[in-house]
Amino acid sequence: MIVGLDMGGTHVDAVLIDKGNIIDVAKTPTDHTNLFGSIWKTLNCLLKDKDISSIEHINLSTTISTNAIVEGKIAPVGMVIESGPGMDPSFLACGKENIFITGYVDHRGREIKPFNPEEIQEAVAKFRDKDIKACAVVAKFSIRNPMHEINISRLLDDEFSPVTMGHMLSGKLNFPRRVYTSYLNSAVYYVFKSFCESIRKAMKKENINVPVNVLKADGGTISLDAGQQYPVNTILSGPAASLMGALAFKPGDKDAVFLDIGGTTTDISFVADGISLFEPLGINISNYNTLVRAIYSVSIGLGGDSAIHVEDGEIEIGPRREGFPMALGGSVPTPSDAMIVLGLLDFGNKEQAVSAMKQIGDKLGLDVKGTSEYIYKKMGTMIKQEVNHILDEINSKPVYTVKELLYGKKLKPQYISAIGGPAKALAPLLEREFNLPCYVPENYEVANAIGAALAKTTAEVTVLADTAEGKLSVPEMGLYEKIDKNFTIYEAKQKALQLLKEKASAIGTIDKEFEAEITEESSFNMVRGFYTSGKNIRIRAQIRPGLLYELGGANND
Amino acid sequence: MIKAKNKLGLVFFPAFDWAISPTHPEREERLLYTQDQVFEEGIEDINGIKFYNPDMATVKDVERVHFCVPDVMTRVTQSHLISAGGAIKAAEMVMEKDVDKAFAIVRPPGHHAQRVVYGDRGFCIINIEAVMLENIRQRFGNKKIAIVDTDCHHGDGTQDIYWNDKDTLYISFHQDGRTLYPGTGFIDEFGGPSAIGYNINIPLPPETGEEGFLYVLDNLVIPILREYKPDIIVNSAGQDNHYTDPITNMKFTAHGYAELNHRLNPDIAVLEGGYSIEGALPYVNLGIILAMAGLDYSRVKEPDYDPEKLRQSHRITEYIKELCDKIYSCWRRKDDIQRETIKNKQYISRSRNIYYDTDGIRETQTQKFKVCPSCSGVNTIQSRSDLGYEIFAVSIPRDACKACIDEGYKMYEEASRGKYSKVYLQDKVNDVFMSK
Ligand SMILES: [Zn+2]
Ligand SMILES: [Zn+2]
Repeated sequence: MIVGLDMGGTHVDAVLIDKGNIIDVAKTPTDHTNLFGSIWKTLNCLLKDKDISSIEHINLSTTISTNAIVEGKIAPVGMVIESGPGMDPSFLACGKENIFITGYVDHRGREIKPFNPEEIQEAVAKFRDKDIKACAVVAKFSIRNPMHEINISRLLDDEFSPVTMGHMLSGKLNFPRRVYTSYLNSAVYYVFKSFCESIRKAMKKENINVPVNVLKADGGTISLDAGQQYPVNTILSGPAASLMGALAFKPGDKDAVFLDIGGTTTDISFVADGISLFEPLGINISNYNTLVRAIYSVSIGLGGDSAIHVEDGEIEIGPRREGFPMALGGSVPTPSDAMIVLGLLDFGNKEQAVSAMKQIGDKLGLDVKGTSEYIYKKMGTMIKQEVNHILDEINSKPVYTVKELLYGKKLKPQYISAIGGPAKALAPLLEREFNLPCYVPENYEVANAIGAALAKTTAEVTVLADTAEGKLSVPEMGLYEKIDKNFTIYEAKQKALQLLKEKASAIGTIDKEFEAEITEESSFNMVRGFYTSGKNIRIRAQIRPGLLYELGGANND
Repeated sequence: MIKAKNKLGLVFFPAFDWAISPTHPEREERLLYTQDQVFEEGIEDINGIKFYNPDMATVKDVERVHFCVPDVMTRVTQSHLISAGGAIKAAEMVMEKDVDKAFAIVRPPGHHAQRVVYGDRGFCIINIEAVMLENIRQRFGNKKIAIVDTDCHHGDGTQDIYWNDKDTLYISFHQDGRTLYPGTGFIDEFGGPSAIGYNINIPLPPETGEEGFLYVLDNLVIPILREYKPDIIVNSAGQDNHYTDPITNMKFTAHGYAELNHRLNPDIAVLEGGYSIEGALPYVNLGIILAMAGLDYSRVKEPDYDPEKLRQSHRITEYIKELCDKIYSCWRRKDDIQRETIKNKQYISRSRNIYYDTDGIRETQTQKFKVCPSCSGVNTIQSRSDLGYEIFAVSIPRDACKACIDEGYKMYEEASRGKYSKVYLQDKVNDVFMSK
């Protein structure tokens, strides 16, 4: 049996799954003053009278790190930034104290100028003055050669903790994002650590001795211990949980649109050939662009409880929520009111919903039914327009080879999967609008918890080899070593897969779920003068993201 | 998040799967390090900078500019159409006001490709700026355009294409043709009979540095542009004046390129040459991107940048001052020079030998321009290459009068297919291309 738990803004949901069958679910309101307490209460409720010894693992999707960032309840961070030539780096200042140091490594990982240890001593003094504990060290092109970050962090290690090094967080190029991601990692470190400690303590107290994993924004999991080191990866895992949950009900290898239609917003995600689409670089949180790998998800201000107003004789839905639907005693009409009038939703006071529609209809010269139908239809049109707009963007994402430009894959959804309160009511409309089948899973109220439960461990490694320099670098693992001049792309791929396996076991992957794949590979001949001086090889490998099991029973047709 | 002052569109297409040959300077690796630098700086996250994929130029786009022998698809690859299509995309974004400015970082380049195309010259087969501009003129109306070519080589192809077109002012900075391929670009190459003065060459001595380039810009190019008042300024942004470029001898820097771009303030820039793929391109391209976006580029410096080593000699400074004075006075006298050149002539011809260095082809051609009082005049090219082709091409200019249009069609009809392997007609008034 496995346990999935999702901490949402209003509820904490938990689910117990045995070999693809849902055994039980639990739901409690989220207590924002005691997030850990809410989690524990829900788990207790779920596991009451259950055979705890047959639980294999517990997967949690938590908003601990997200909330800390969004609410600004984070630790002060001392930043050491080595920017080298290029853009003026002043815009990167993000911690409590930012020290910009000299020194430079170039795009091939060659040290052009060493860093100056005196500048690090100054940083130490300033951090000490400001009572800073958490630090981050980030250098331009550190993923090509992390030695500056490693050596600088050694000078800080004695006195500060954590010292996040940029190259450990992602193998992707983007210095500003590396700075922000490192900053956020150090900033949420203590909040997340104390959360982990509470979990461990409670588990011990209850005699539950199973691995606990946390969900990441990419829809995969990581062990609690590994998560504690790089908590930034746990931010914004909600949309990922919901997509994984919906995917559990409707697995397959097709392109599809996934909609999570809530009260306030609709989150739009996609799968390509059955695999979730990722953000190209990383997710954005509180205006920080990061390198945190995340499921691609666009949130639009349109949901069942969106406020409806009439502006210049035209109905405007959203983008804000102004309280409850009128059927539940709110003061502003909402799409839910329209759907209640049409008999598609059944809650609250129908008469109040009718008067909500009348209020709108009077301004437009429409009757109650006509108004409700108009609003219902408009919601479908708005979702469709937004989905098409996003699809255009995705399908015109930059490509860099002639082959990709001429023959590259274009995303073309074959079905829609919708979850959330108004999903069922909107499904027939969406089918008509998109001219595609629309599936609504039965247990969608706990889809996020199901997604968390069934998510597999994910990890990614980047192997960069420069045979002219005779150097290999694997940033996410802090590896930087010598290679032979004859090192080949084949060896690079083998190395990537082997390192991925090592990394996987370190972050809690069980053997049976380890399925690795190469996601990017290129090898450029480097020509200097008129002869080949070496090869520039770039490999990226990942544990194939996905589900431990598909759900049995209904909804799989 | 950082915000650009100017909305900038980038068509960044490194064509990582295309090369002239494995060790050729124009190979897969050429924009690899530029991409690394652009990605690492986080350019794609700057608010106001947007990346676009190239479109593909069509055969018709190419035929508006070139006479490809025997035809377009025999001469070009898809990569060439994509490169020109990338330039078109950049210009389109500017014309449609999606962005304030655009930079097409594409390959292969194009400024050595002339009107007649038998093969590859200086890594160029089709002239991507010209294909771009003629596409734009068809769709958005005839514009007065200035092309400022900052490639180290003389843009002899662009010069040839716009030789007789005073709606296109062509200004080329380059290393003196006595010391560098293609061996042209002297100050007396001043434009065809209907556009005398609208083709300006500035041959600079080897070892010219930042000071020299900026002097020419401030004291010659910008004053001329101010008088010409173009609707659009295009920078043909070759980057081989850089001090690390392996095939040239100049001392220009990344910061210099950025500064030049900032002062020139082009609407569109299109990458041309530049083969110092590691030491220069990443920094020069970054500098130009920042300058076009209106962002601070003062910290863009090459790892081995040393201002002392890159200082130009006093002798060069003096030489350039005199050169600028001389060219500027020619520009001022262009109408007189035109009168003296034309006098009572009805036709003006010129004959040239053209060498296709990349493909090893030799061509001899004679261009004949009609001197017409009411338009730029119908003109013809008779050309023979040592591949065995002999062709005759008629070109009716955009502003052609009725008489010139009729004369063009008559010449095309009468040209005997027995004598030539191919006969072409390019009618720019009606956007028609024919061959037989
Ligand atoms: Zn050149
Ligand atoms: Zn005429």
